[in-house]
Amino acid sequence: MIHMEKITKVFSMGENEVRALDGVSFSIQKGEMIAIMGPSGSGKSTLMSIVGCLDVPTSGTYILDDSPVEKMNDTQLADVRNRKIGFVFQQFNLLSRTSALENVLLPLSYTNMSARAAREKALKTLELVGLKDRVKHHPSELSGGQQQRVAIARALVNDPAILIADEPTGALDSKTGAEIMDLFQSLYRDFGQTVIMVTHDAFIARHTNRVIRLADGHIISDIINPNPLKAGTPRPDAEV
Amino acid sequence: MLIAQNILTALRGLAANKLRSALTILGIVIGVAAVVALMAIGTGATSSITSRITSNGSNLLNIQAGRSQRPSPGSQFAPTYLTYSDYVALSKTLTGIAGISPAYQGRYTVTQGTVSSQTSVTGVTESYIRVHTYEIALGRGINTADRTKQSQTAVIGATTAETLFPNSSAVGKSIKINNLVFTVVGTLKAKGSSGFSNEDDVVFIPLETGYSKLFGSNAVENGEKTVNAIAVSASSADTVDSVSAQITFILRKQHHLKAGAADDFRIQNQAALLSTLTSVTSTLTTFLGAIAALSLLVGGIGIMNITLVSVSERTREIGLRKAVGARKDHILFQFLIETMTLSITGGVIGILLGAGIAGVVTMLGLITAQVTLSSVMLSFGFSVAIGLFFGIYPAYRAANLHPMEALRSE
Repeated sequence: MIHMEKITKVFSMGENEVRALDGVSFSIQKGEMIAIMGPSGSGKSTLMSIVGCLDVPTSGTYILDDSPVEKMNDTQLADVRNRKIGFVFQQFNLLSRTSALENVLLPLSYTNMSARAAREKALKTLELVGLKDRVKHHPSELSGGQQQRVAIARALVNDPAILIADEPTGALDSKTGAEIMDLFQSLYRDFGQTVIMVTHDAFIARHTNRVIRLADGHIISDIINPNPLKAGTPRPDAEV
Repeated sequence: MLIAQNILTALRGLAANKLRSALTILGIVIGVAAVVALMAIGTGATSSITSRITSNGSNLLNIQAGRSQRPSPGSQFAPTYLTYSDYVALSKTLTGIAGISPAYQGRYTVTQGTVSSQTSVTGVTESYIRVHTYEIALGRGINTADRTKQSQTAVIGATTAETLFPNSSAVGKSIKINNLVFTVVGTLKAKGSSGFSNEDDVVFIPLETGYSKLFGSNAVENGEKTVNAIAVSASSADTVDSVSAQITFILRKQHHLKAGAADDFRIQNQAALLSTLTSVTSTLTTFLGAIAALSLLVGGIGIMNITLVSVSERTREIGLRKAVGARKDHILFQFLIETMTLSITGGVIGILLGAGIAGVVTMLGLITAQVTLSSVMLSFGFSVAIGLFFGIYPAYRAANLHPMEALRSE
C-alpha cells in the first residue's frame, strides 16, 4: 500500500539547510496499525506530511496505492488527499461556525458527490463514531472527545486508504483518550482500516501493531508488536 | 453544491463578524450611494433646466438692442435701439418663421381697488402669447382690433390675477395702470418661474395703446417708436440658423451699418443656450460621478484589507481545507465569493440608500432627482468588479498557502 524508498526532505532556512528526513525507507501493508515515534525534531511531522501528501519529498520514491506520489503537482496531491487520506489532528481542527454534520461533509464538498448522497454518507459515518444524536451540534457544544470523534468521522467519510492521526489523544484526558484509542482499534479490527499514528507517547504507541522510531531524520527501529495493548488498559505508573 | 455552500459559508462568516462586515462594506455603500444620488440629482437638474428653456419655445430667437462687444476705446459710445420699423421690416422679409412679436416693456403701478403693485407692463401684438408659449386660462388674448382701436384692454398673468383679484375672476373687470383704466379681457395659465423674473406676474396691453397712452416719450428715440425686444419663433429647429442669419442681414441694413462695423443688436438663441447648459450640466454630472467612483475605489481597498486580515486569521482553516482535499481553485473561489458577497451586499445597500437620498431631495422640493437605470447598473457593476478585483489578491494568497505550514500556524 505504501512504499517509501530513500526519502529525503531538505528545508532551506536562509543559508542553512535542514535535513528533516535523510534516506527513510519502509513499506506499510493494507490493514496495519502503525505508530511513528520520535522526539520533537526527529522528523516525524515531516514524515507524516509526506505520507499524507501535504508535502513532496526532496528526493526518493513514494508509491501510494501503486501510484508514484513524489512527482505529483498540487492539484493531483489535493485529489489524493481527498480520496485516499484521512487526517485526524491533535487540536481537532473543526470549523467552529458549522455543525458536526457540516464538518463531516467538508471533504465530500470537494468531490462530485450529490448533496443527498453526501449527507447520507456523512450521517452514516457520524453514526459509526457514535455521534448519531449530535449531528446538529456545533463544536463548542461538544466535549473534547466528541469533537475528536467528529474529526475522525470527517477523516473517514471518504473511505480513505490511510487514516493518519497526529497525536490524536494529545489534547484529551486519559479516559477520553482511551475511548478514542478504542475507536481507532475497532476501525482497524472491524474494518481493516490502515492507521498511522504519529506520537511521542510510548504508551499510546504500545496500542499499535508496529512501531517505527525516528531520530534525526533516520529510522532507528522498526519493531512488530505482536500483543498490542487493549484500549482502556491503565497507564503503568512509571510512565505517568 | 460547492457554490451554494461557499455563499452560505461566506454569509455565515460575515454574520459572525457583524460590526466588522458593516464597517468593511461602508466604503462601498457610501460610494455607490454617492454615485446613484449624485447622478440622480444631476439628471434631475439637467432635465429641469431643459424643460424650463423649452417652455419658452426652444426655436425662439430673442433680439435685443445693444452691442455684444464693448466699443473700441476712443470711439463714440452711442446707445442703440430697436425700433418698431425694424419689426415691420423683419416681419415683411423673414422666411421660415412661425411668428414674430415685438414688445415694449416697462414697470408701472397697477391698482385694483385698494390693492396696488409694481408690475411689468408689456405692450404686445397678437402673436406675443403664442411666440412666448403662454396659454389663455380665461377670456381672450390681445387681438388686431385692440391694436388698431388702441383700446384700453389688458391680459394679465396668473400671479397678477391672484394678487389683484384674489377671490374672483378677473375677466371683464377693470384695473388701473398709472391711473388709466384698462379692462381685463383675458387671464393666462401659470407658466412657472423661469430665470430671474416671474413670468406669471405680467400685464399685456396692445402695443399701439402703450405708445399713444402709457409709455410716452420714453418709448421714442429720434422720432422713432422703439421696442425692447423682438422675439422670433423659427418654424422648426432646422431653420433657426437661417432665420438668425436673415435677421442679422436685415437689421444691419435697417441700421445702415458699414461692413466691418459691429452689430448694434444681439440675437439670443434658446437652442444654443439649451445645448450649452445641457453640456455643462452633463459634464458636471460626469464629474460628480467620477468623484463618487473614487470613493468606491477606496471602499474596494477597505475590502481587500479586511480580506487579507481574514485570510491570515483563518490560515489553519485553509490548511485544514487543503488537507481534506481542497484544490487551489476551491480556496481561491471561496475567498472571492466572500469578497463578492461583501461588495454586492454593499452595492445593493448603497443603491437603496442613494435612491433614498434622491427621494428625500425630491420630497424637500430642492430638485426633482431622477434615479437612472444606467447609474444603478453602473454602480452595481462597479461594486461587483471591485469585489472581484480587490478579492483576487487575498484569495490568491490564501490559495497558495502551503498546507502543512498553514495547519501548523497558530
